[in-house]
Amino acid sequence: MPTIRLDNLVKRYGAVEVLHGIDLSMEENEFTVLVGPSGCGKSTTLRMIAGLETVSDGEIYINDKPVSHLEPKERDLAMVFQDYALYPHMNVAKNMSFALRLERRPKAEIDQKVREVAEVLGLTPYLHRKPGELSGGQRQRVAMGRALTRDSATFLFDEPLSNLDAKLRGQMRAELALMRQRVHKNMIYVTHDQIEAMTLADRIVVMHGGYIQQQGTPEELFKRPVNKFVAGFLGTPPMNFLDADIVERDGTVWVTGKGFELALDGEHADAVRAHRAKQITVGIRPSDLSFDPDAANENSFELRVIVSEYIGAQSVLMCDCGGQQVVVELKSETPIPLGETLRFSVNPAGVHLFDKESENAI
Amino acid sequence: MQRATLNRMTPYAFMAPAAIVMVIALLYPLLYMVWGSFRDWNPAQTIGETEFVGFKNYITLFYDPAFRESLSVTLRFAVIVVSVEMVIGVGLALLLDRNIRGMSVLRTLFILPMMIAPVVVGLMWRYMYHPTVGTFNRWLKSIGLEGVDWLGQNALMSVIIADIWQWTPFIFILALAALQSLPRSALEAARIDGATPWQQIWHIKIPLMMPVLIVTCLLRLIDAFKVLEVILVMTEGGPGLSTEILALRISRTATEFRELGVAAAMSNYLLILLLILTAAMFAYTKIQEAREARIRAAAEEDM
Repeated sequence: MPTIRLDNLVKRYGAVEVLHGIDLSMEENEFTVLVGPSGCGKSTTLRMIAGLETVSDGEIYINDKPVSHLEPKERDLAMVFQDYALYPHMNVAKNMSFALRLERRPKAEIDQKVREVAEVLGLTPYLHRKPGELSGGQRQRVAMGRALTRDSATFLFDEPLSNLDAKLRGQMRAELALMRQRVHKNMIYVTHDQIEAMTLADRIVVMHGGYIQQQGTPEELFKRPVNKFVAGFLGTPPMNFLDADIVERDGTVWVTGKGFELALDGEHADAVRAHRAKQITVGIRPSDLSFDPDAANENSFELRVIVSEYIGAQSVLMCDCGGQQVVVELKSETPIPLGETLRFSVNPAGVHLFDKESENAI
Repeated sequence: MQRATLNRMTPYAFMAPAAIVMVIALLYPLLYMVWGSFRDWNPAQTIGETEFVGFKNYITLFYDPAFRESLSVTLRFAVIVVSVEMVIGVGLALLLDRNIRGMSVLRTLFILPMMIAPVVVGLMWRYMYHPTVGTFNRWLKSIGLEGVDWLGQNALMSVIIADIWQWTPFIFILALAALQSLPRSALEAARIDGATPWQQIWHIKIPLMMPVLIVTCLLRLIDAFKVLEVILVMTEGGPGLSTEILALRISRTATEFRELGVAAAMSNYLLILLLILTAAMFAYTKIQEAREARIRAAAEEDM
């Protein structure tokens, strides 16, 4: 089984450089998710691995073999496209068996393979239908089926779920996670949806502006984001950011901003001292705030609740803190009066500090 | 009640002007022609003075060797030009469907012949085919070959070449438009699935272009059956009857032989031929669809 390695991969369109030297290694059978906002270069990276885009500079290695000059078919991979890219004039069975038919495999073998995959994906009743006669979810499955019939070493997914409605997307996400357990292949998955990234990935690669911002397990990225971008991109509702100054009083390091003051615990305080930063940005996830009228002053804030969004078990509160917006996520049972100023305590482990200039984590 | 009736009538009221123009400009001459084809009609007579002869004109034509020859020339001409034009036009479109510098200039050059008036095309080719001073023979002689008797012995081939030159661009631009509207991702999927450029053409591009190609082919066939000016200018149907296509024979029957009834009957034969052709094309697509639906239904019943 090959491992895939990108070595200083660069893509230029004319004079415009859209990927600035991507270095990335994927372990055997790893599910890697490239995630980032539109235009971050994630799809371009995937399409270069697939061989659909030329490589401007750098090299792609599959199993230590440079492949950037090879045609897609020589790279032993299968791909699922965002718009499914089914062949509209072929029925489902023909769509799924196209690659095998091109290889002139024996008919019995092809039939068997198609039946197997169709059974797994629940497509058996539709084998004789054309893509135009299928629903979005069914088409999505056919696209998946076409990739699975191939038995390639590597699977590439280019935003495969983004054309589905929310409910179906959740369902297909779960099915993908299931498939992941059965099929042991290298998988590279591109999405702009951080929930897909968090739920599916062994390794998340967060991209922005043609650079890799951070890579690691979902937990690493969620708990220890290296910069403000990654911190703000992963997690819903997104992390709150507040501008603050560092003040040291009586041996305690404080961050103070408009309308709040927090004492840092030992670990954070050491980091801030080592960094010698004066102006920083404090990041706190909405779930790391909790309503606590009796909290001590040094690790709590006063927030004025403006809007409460009830979303079932959880409620999301939009609050004001000295002119900056702070979002709090709470269990819906907690009764919160609108318009009041209340005290919320901060989970000390959930405090993230970023340099205000470079936006890197301290 | 009145309001409802008015509402129901509105669409028809809007359609009426177009319908009236259609009736006057299309249906009236057509019916006039059909009616005239049953009469023995000399251009000196008004249609009221003519004698009704039933199917005589049609029967005479059916046994007329000159008409049969003309029909066969027309069929040969149409089938050959359309097949060759389809192959070259689609081939060129497949070749030129890419982004290379200067491609837009090249594409414009390719469609120039279509923009030239048919009479001019006829004259141009007539001079190029001239046995002694024409471009082709002068060139052949300059490299030491015998000249070809273009508009004599090889007249049909020569008019076919001229028609191909003029009308291939029509197929080219429609095929190119069809190609460029194909779903890019399906072609990318085919590349990932391991299709070579040839296999992409055979298995993906051509089948997806098929609806456009069928209509294009039909349009060209209808046109080819009615071709007149280029051949009139180049050969006037000669030598003998070798390039006398139906349109030319119809016009000669009406003007030289002064037999309007026969000419009308001949036009009707042509019309029927074209109708059969069109109906056959549509029937073919319908039958294909029905066959697929049947296979699918059978397969799904088996489950």
